[in-house]
Amino acid sequence: MHVPDGFLDAPTSMATAVVAAAGVGLALSRARRELDDRTAPLAGLVAVFVFAAQLLNFPVGAGTSGHLLGGTLAAVLVGPWTATLCLTVVLTVQALLFADGGITALGTNITLMGLVGVWAGWAVFTSLRRLVRSRGLAAVPALAGVAAFASVPVAALAFTLLYAVGGRAPIPLGELVAAMVGWHTLIGLGEGFITFLAVGSIIATRPDLVHGARSLVHARALEIRTDARA
Amino acid sequence: MNPSPRVHVSTKRLVLIGLGVCLLLATVVSFWASSHPDGLEFVAHRLGFTDSAGQHASSDSPFAGYGTAGVHDARLSGGLAGLVGVLVVAVLAFGLMHLLRRRGPRDDA
Repeated sequence: MHVPDGFLDAPTSMATAVVAAAGVGLALSRARRELDDRTAPLAGLVAVFVFAAQLLNFPVGAGTSGHLLGGTLAAVLVGPWTATLCLTVVLTVQALLFADGGITALGTNITLMGLVGVWAGWAVFTSLRRLVRSRGLAAVPALAGVAAFASVPVAALAFTLLYAVGGRAPIPLGELVAAMVGWHTLIGLGEGFITFLAVGSIIATRPDLVHGARSLVHARALEIRTDARA
Repeated sequence: MNPSPRVHVSTKRLVLIGLGVCLLLATVVSFWASSHPDGLEFVAHRLGFTDSAGQHASSDSPFAGYGTAGVHDARLSGGLAGLVGVLVVAVLAFGLMHLLRRRGPRDDA
């Protein structure tokens, strides 16, 4: 979903750059709460994984492909503020080194994938976790997968809104919404599957590192201690 | 239910294995990635706003478009670009996260 230079007009690109700068600035200070000696290396790995996975376009039919956005995956594994920073690093390198995603559109892409994708996915994940009330770690990868699935059409809808405000070529908006949300719902299935696998593999090996399972692991540690005393 | 994971992996080991997987994905597996346009490109093409995107400002980067300038073998060209990308993202991301992290909770006590 990398927006190239020129899709959106200058004022809209400028506005999203301001939003992105504010979001990243806030993330730089808030991510400190999520990062410690144990989780910082995982955060580095998550950024690298998002970059690598974004190279792997998968076909979704009719000559269209999609790739991981990775916002929800990163938010569940290392926390939403850190996830915003991971996506910012990836998107910046992609724009400057690989000409993927415009340079004047960098703020737009950080807003769409690093803020909307991350926070929509994180909001769905935390709501689902409350709704399911599962105490088990086993549910975490599945909930992350569902949240990741949902985050992709939400980000696509956000693009459409930006386009409605500042799209340079006149396009019937109804068609744009239908096409963007439709295709990105399909792409979301891949997003959900990859997120399920990635979160599942960390839950299976080091659940104590997973930000989205933090309260569960902590509760379990207390239970074990209580059992030992009894 | 399951009191402890079956295998305990140290953080260092986990990160090294993870980086290995990422390198493999970016340098080798990426060759088989779909070359169809992605969702946004496809929609832009069908609704006819592809052309509003101009020439990319970094299109003269040696790695523009995830290839390596001057390397004609497609597999090698894409693989090198993937390798460079993984290394650059790794240096920036590990460096940033390392700088931002809180020191161990008992360090300041």
